[in-house]
Amino acid sequence: MATLSIVGAARAMRDGTLTASTLLRSVLQKASETEAQVHAYLNIDRTGAEEAAAQADADFADGIDRGPLQGIPVAIKDNMVTRGLETTAASQILAGYVPPYDATVVTRLREAGAVLVGKTNLDEFAMGSSTENSAYGTSYNPWDITRVPGGSSGGSAAAVSVGSALVGLGSDTGGSIRQPASLCGVVGMKPTYGTVSRYGLIAFASSLDQIGPLTKTVEDSALTLSVLWGHDPLDATSFRGDYPDPTAGLGRGVDGLRIGVVRELQGEGYEPDVESSVAQMVDKLSEAGAEVVEQSLPSFDIALSAYYLIAPAEASANLARFDGIRYGHRAPGDTTESMMSRSRAEGFGPEVTRRILLGTYALSAGYYDAFYGQAQRVRSAIRADFARAYADVDVLVSPTSPTVAFEAGARTQDPLAMYLSDICTIPCNLSGDPAISVPLGLDRNGLPIGFQVMAPALGEPIMYQVAAVVEQLAGFDASPELAMVAS
Amino acid sequence: MPVEIDIAHVAKLARLDLSPDEMEGYRSQLSVILDHAARVQSLEGEPEPDVTHPLGMVNAFRADEIKSSLDRDEVLAASPESRDGYFVVPPALES
Amino acid sequence: MTWEPVIGIEVHVELATDSKMFCGCAVSFGAEPNTNVCPTCLGLPGALPVPNSAALDAIIAIGLALNCTVSPKSVFHRKNYFYADLPKNYQISQFDVPVCVDGYLDIPTDYGSHRVGIERAHMEEDTGKSTHLGGGGRIDSAQSTLLDFNRSGVPLVEVVSRPEIHSAAQARAYAQGLREIVAELGVSDARLEEGSLRFDANISIRQVGDEVLGTKVEIKNMNSFRSLELAVAYEIDRQIQQVESGGVVIQETRHWDEEAAVTISMRTKEGSSDYRYFAEPDLTPMEMSEQWINRVRETLPELPDARRARYEEAGVEPVLAAVLSSAEPPIRHLFDAAVAVGATPRAAANWLTGEVTAWSRRTETDLDDLNLSGSTLTKLLSLVESNTVSPSAAKEVLDGVLRGEGDPLVVAEARDLLQISDAGPIESAIDETIAANPDAFESLKAGEEKVLGFLVGQVMRATSGKADPKLVNELLRSRAGI
Ligand SMILES: [Mg+2]
Ligand SMILES: [Zn+2]
Repeated sequence: MATLSIVGAARAMRDGTLTASTLLRSVLQKASETEAQVHAYLNIDRTGAEEAAAQADADFADGIDRGPLQGIPVAIKDNMVTRGLETTAASQILAGYVPPYDATVVTRLREAGAVLVGKTNLDEFAMGSSTENSAYGTSYNPWDITRVPGGSSGGSAAAVSVGSALVGLGSDTGGSIRQPASLCGVVGMKPTYGTVSRYGLIAFASSLDQIGPLTKTVEDSALTLSVLWGHDPLDATSFRGDYPDPTAGLGRGVDGLRIGVVRELQGEGYEPDVESSVAQMVDKLSEAGAEVVEQSLPSFDIALSAYYLIAPAEASANLARFDGIRYGHRAPGDTTESMMSRSRAEGFGPEVTRRILLGTYALSAGYYDAFYGQAQRVRSAIRADFARAYADVDVLVSPTSPTVAFEAGARTQDPLAMYLSDICTIPCNLSGDPAISVPLGLDRNGLPIGFQVMAPALGEPIMYQVAAVVEQLAGFDASPELAMVAS
Repeated sequence: MPVEIDIAHVAKLARLDLSPDEMEGYRSQLSVILDHAARVQSLEGEPEPDVTHPLGMVNAFRADEIKSSLDRDEVLAASPESRDGYFVVPPALES
Repeated sequence: MTWEPVIGIEVHVELATDSKMFCGCAVSFGAEPNTNVCPTCLGLPGALPVPNSAALDAIIAIGLALNCTVSPKSVFHRKNYFYADLPKNYQISQFDVPVCVDGYLDIPTDYGSHRVGIERAHMEEDTGKSTHLGGGGRIDSAQSTLLDFNRSGVPLVEVVSRPEIHSAAQARAYAQGLREIVAELGVSDARLEEGSLRFDANISIRQVGDEVLGTKVEIKNMNSFRSLELAVAYEIDRQIQQVESGGVVIQETRHWDEEAAVTISMRTKEGSSDYRYFAEPDLTPMEMSEQWINRVRETLPELPDARRARYEEAGVEPVLAAVLSSAEPPIRHLFDAAVAVGATPRAAANWLTGEVTAWSRRTETDLDDLNLSGSTLTKLLSLVESNTVSPSAAKEVLDGVLRGEGDPLVVAEARDLLQISDAGPIESAIDETIAANPDAFESLKAGEEKVLGFLVGQVMRATSGKADPKLVNELLRSRAGI
């Protein structure tokens, strides 16, 4: 039952063949069977979830329908604040922190009647591509528990993959929804910047961060997005204008669409199975009636470099507030200064420390122009490249990740190698455009491969239109089989 | 061209109390990353640095209206040290 | 050697909006600690800022009043520094594209008006408040520090002058002029004792005629006009002494110690401030359209400078025009109302800034509650001008009017203050006076004009001030034959 899609569960609940409480029980059962191996959750709110499920059932009984997520179990990445429920961003510096307010997305989910199961694991402050940077232990890939689920939204991806939630919320700053979705064999989507409120999302890099859904299917993703997005007066970067219907293009096929294959996102560093599987899908899209052309976006070659200046620079300021004064970890100290510096050194893990140092350096006097300023110029060039490409094609496609899930520990000693995990996903964060990862199938070792579809800003309908075709052509519906562990 | 990094200065700016060993470790990692990041300097042309909103949003304001504040007890309960309605920290400077 | 002080002043003006700059918490002075706080102004994880449009209106108003150009585009920046009362450990402020640039403020000096250039006025947020415990409130011996974030996020406009101020007195005049403007605009409470305006000064000295600026020292913590003037004067002297005794001025930040009346070097922060400004990614750019600017312009009240000019044009002498222009609004409104119905501007200004103001102070009557209208005042003035009451008697008439005894003429009659312009009663009063002061009268006859004033005074007293002094004068002269 927990492998149901949102659409399937929603239909069953309205048919009266399923209750939200039963669905929740099966999801919690799944969690208890898999958590010991996968460790997707940092914190399961059983009581809160049961109350929400009971409420959803009462609403169904009263004929109150709050939309597609009513009664649906949702997992929330633990960098989104939840009133009264511990929120740590997987950092020691926020151990035990209980926020006094809900993130806007959490409010929207509650109002939509969703059942919040709990808070999922992530790389500390969403900085990483494997969840190995969590202060509370790494998560593992359900397809091979010696491997990482990707990151930073690895917990939400793993939860959806095993069925300990029907939807996971992730945040994507450089690929943190799409890359773990790819590695865990689920659908992960990053919306157009500014369409989903960031209010209550613990900021990593404000100009890049965007919340989005991880789901089993493309349709589930579109339905979830329709609940999550919309103008929020509490977020000044929130889009004011007409939001398209994400589901508008579903079922329309790709006949007559022009699809661009990104030349810069292939070749050296890409695993053969990933490349061949992506190439096969491109052929199938062509057979399905799409016109496929190659597109060159030369600035992509330096997108990663720009990202690793802009994101840490913003992070260095965003994480300055963790100082041991108003909340979080405090180390002893004779003066405010020494207390702050010790609290921060103790509270942040190595990757976060590294990025704060990197960003501080990139902004500091004497280096700003050569690093941060120049990175912003690259950002302009990337936007210009995208604009040129979208003048010619409807969507762009590429692998989501150059590799499938890697062994735990394989990249922890080499930051740069870890950063390269996001080479395909970063450009859309820099441009602000939407992109989605759809599973294609498994490689020779039984590990999922993801396919990325990118679209221009507010092009979610056409992005979903193509993604739905990819999903159908891939015909991927396998689920990971974990050895049951007695709990 | 190796990137020069005064890691002690950067750590001080970032308020991170690191041991000499830690600093040396971060310095060498940063120099590798910055070498890679320095590729941004290979960009051809001089486009304007882009800090605009992708959807062109400007003038996002709120009306001057008072909203209710948080409950003080709840706020102070999250803090490591508080007294008489105030947050408390050690003194500001070395004495 | 003659030294010329070169001074630039930064003024932080706290705006009196209802809510804070980036959140809906109330702006209020003196509330219980940490009661006007929310996720945004406490810097809680995940919170975001949304700018208050009224604060932007206010800075545009200030900019226009200071003759600035309002930038068509402007952005917020993050100014990064760690301080316990700065919750996010960065301040949302502005850097290279402030809302207002390039204005000026004319200030009165002993040598006439002096124009001080305004480099910029930018929008930012205030910090919380620290209270240092255990060392008599002094930072350097405190045992612990208490933090209250009620002030955190209150909108501030920082007005930065060009280094075009050249004395402590000018520094004070500049600060006062600025206070007058923000008070007039109604954008700030403008209460110095509550910290609504806070001053920092950058001071250097150079030899008269030098083009190059000397090394500048920044002085912080001046919260009154007096302390600003004293601190600037002290610092100018200190720098001159330093240089004349063979030393050099070092670039540093100094703190004005109000009690000791000296500036003290602040040990920290030497050269280490690297604010790492970058465009605030949580906020969108701002575009100030002509329409927006004009909408604000239309709401601007008449500013002190323009008002002063208008009074002078109406015939009020400059000094009096300046006094009237900075008088409380009810006084100025009475002036306008009286002039509108025909009062002589000069006389109206004199009476309002003089006797009317004095009466309200004496009787502790609020100026807003004065029982006086423009037309009543005009009637009183015309009684004086037509010699119906004497100027001294008119003060009593005014008293009666203000006490609600009726119209000026009614009061003058009731209090028996109508001027005597008949020669008859005056002649008899002169007779009495000469009889009582024969020696003085003899002196007058001998041509000693200085006793004339004395004798006129005696006659006036004898008529209880009702006689027309001019007539008394004439009659006395003719009696004495001079
Ligand atoms: Mg300032
Ligand atoms: Zn607030």
